[in-house]
Amino acid sequence: MADLLIQQLRKTYNKGATIAVDDVSFSVEQGALFGLIGPDGAGKTSIFRMLTTLLLPDSGTASVRGMDIVHDYKAIRKEVGYMPGKFSLYQDLTVEENLNFFATVFNTSVAENYSLIKDIYVQIEPFKTRKAGKLSGGMKQKLALCCALIHRPTVLFLDEPTTGVDTVSRKEFWAMLQQLKAQGITILVSTPYMDEATLCERIALMQSGRIMAIDTPERLVSAYPDRMYAIKAKDMSALLQELRHCGSLASCYAFGEYHHITFNNDNEVSRTALVQYFTEQGYKDLELKEIAPGIEDCFIRLMNYAGNSH
Amino acid sequence: MKQFLTFVRKEFYHVFRDRKTLLILFGLPVAQILLFGFALTNEIRNARIAVFDEARDEASAAIISKIRAGKNFEVDRILSSYRQIEASFREGKVKLVVVFPRNFREDLLHRNKAQVQVLADASDPNTASTLTGYINSILLDYQQSLSPAAAMPYRIVTQTRMLYNPELKGATNFVPGVMALVLMLVCVLMTSVSIVREKENGTMEILLVSPINPFLVIISKAIPYFLLSLVNLAVILVLSVSLLDMPLNGSLLLLLAESSLFIITALALGLLISNTTASQQSAMLIALMGMLIPTMMLTGFMFPLENMPLPLQLISNIVPSKWYYIIVKSIMIKGLGFSAIWKETLVLLGMTAFLLLVSLKKFRIRLQ
Repeated sequence: MADLLIQQLRKTYNKGATIAVDDVSFSVEQGALFGLIGPDGAGKTSIFRMLTTLLLPDSGTASVRGMDIVHDYKAIRKEVGYMPGKFSLYQDLTVEENLNFFATVFNTSVAENYSLIKDIYVQIEPFKTRKAGKLSGGMKQKLALCCALIHRPTVLFLDEPTTGVDTVSRKEFWAMLQQLKAQGITILVSTPYMDEATLCERIALMQSGRIMAIDTPERLVSAYPDRMYAIKAKDMSALLQELRHCGSLASCYAFGEYHHITFNNDNEVSRTALVQYFTEQGYKDLELKEIAPGIEDCFIRLMNYAGNSH
Repeated sequence: MKQFLTFVRKEFYHVFRDRKTLLILFGLPVAQILLFGFALTNEIRNARIAVFDEARDEASAAIISKIRAGKNFEVDRILSSYRQIEASFREGKVKLVVVFPRNFREDLLHRNKAQVQVLADASDPNTASTLTGYINSILLDYQQSLSPAAAMPYRIVTQTRMLYNPELKGATNFVPGVMALVLMLVCVLMTSVSIVREKENGTMEILLVSPINPFLVIISKAIPYFLLSLVNLAVILVLSVSLLDMPLNGSLLLLLAESSLFIITALALGLLISNTTASQQSAMLIALMGMLIPTMMLTGFMFPLENMPLPLQLISNIVPSKWYYIIVKSIMIKGLGFSAIWKETLVLLGMTAFLLLVSLKKFRIRLQ
């Protein structure tokens, strides 16, 4: 049986006026690393709070290791580890005091489960007498992860653990998650960063409370129907303006230092015609190349698709 | 049990690491006592007065030295003409002028009737009437010492005795009030804010997703403030007994027990506020507006409850500090035992039970 089983979960706020989670279903196998990918307001935090028994769903059911999130909330609270999106440790307590406190809260001691957190804790150990509020963003998240792990949970809920953390710390953080997964802990993680999606085993792309697609990152990417091109010139904003009015393009959007485009009829002729047109318009250093689509491209396509179908 | 102790220790860390709040916690009672004791009192000490003595005889000299001897007056200047009276009032330094006319002693002894003129600056009417009252009693005193056995026909002698507070000290009135005020403020404000802070910081979210009994969280919050309030209470008592000559006629043990009960009432109130508010700001506002002002107004130490309109008198019954105020006055000043205050104690107990019950019912095991 799956560790997490979510069926048609729905949650609204303001007496139904705001729909936060809309008919969401998915399941996570034991020992899997599952990612909820989506921008702010996609409903990720609401799902986390329902699964950690902090919120009651309007309708639908969900279970954590076979325990119902509504009726068995006490049992669930004993077993899971939860790291909220906002840094939620005691800022005026030191690193060590925070850790000891949460160990006691979960009826255990730091020594008992030290092996699990050792790799993470050694990185923050030099600062163990520092107040948690005075740590850097990355350090804070490592401490929060230690505190969430201190009772050796079977399921770990991490709500946007890498938001507001620098790139190096983000990489380290994901490396730690892979280690935890190797120990058999089921992990549900959410992130607004599309580049982190590939680090999960399976992902759900979310937008406006709905799941648009669930699959492994590889399969999602390979299922992208069109060939994708990146285009670049000197005046990027003017280029994007004109690309939007090009009849031969199926989609175009800014993406880092390139614009990503797909064609309605993808062939040599239409590509040459496009390059020729923009060269004649006086765009300098024009460059067009084929690229492999990423998760973000999939997300944008699904988002536009959902937008058009509404 | 270990969890509970860890929680309590954590709460002490919070309290002691927040230096500013700590300063307020312990500075507040001292400041209040000193303020009410020396600045905001209705007794008048060392009021500056002037004397215009045209008589310059034995009797006027005796009265003047009596005036000088008391704590209430300080003879600032001796005037030598009527014109100077007006001038010294205009300067504003003198609150009252006593004028002895010529032949004061002669008139007193031989015509059995002498006059003294007392001029007071009535721009502050309360001070003026209090000061003339003091002068009158000094004059009366002198008169009686002059002819103790002078039997006059048809004389009614009023013998006034100010029971429990013969010297009419202000401290006896306000110390119990300040005790109620400070305990109320510290307990209600601090507890309500400290639990809401956990909600605001998100730590409540983690604590809820843990095996811990949420009730434990709340009780452990109350303990540091309970102990701090006892320390505060001790500071207030020591200050007011040693510095302000506040009597402690009843049992100290009973006073401490009743105070503990009142502290628990206030803590329960703070818990209720924190359970029903979402932000530190609103908790603080409710605690200040909803608790501090009724405590100041409706306890009876600033404005006598008997003079208030009936609706306000009725409302004052649900203000816990009103009952505590009665209890403290009974113990400290009248020296009464438990049999005299069991009713008030019962009211406080009932309030505490009610508040605890409601806040337990209101406690949320999930987020809103």
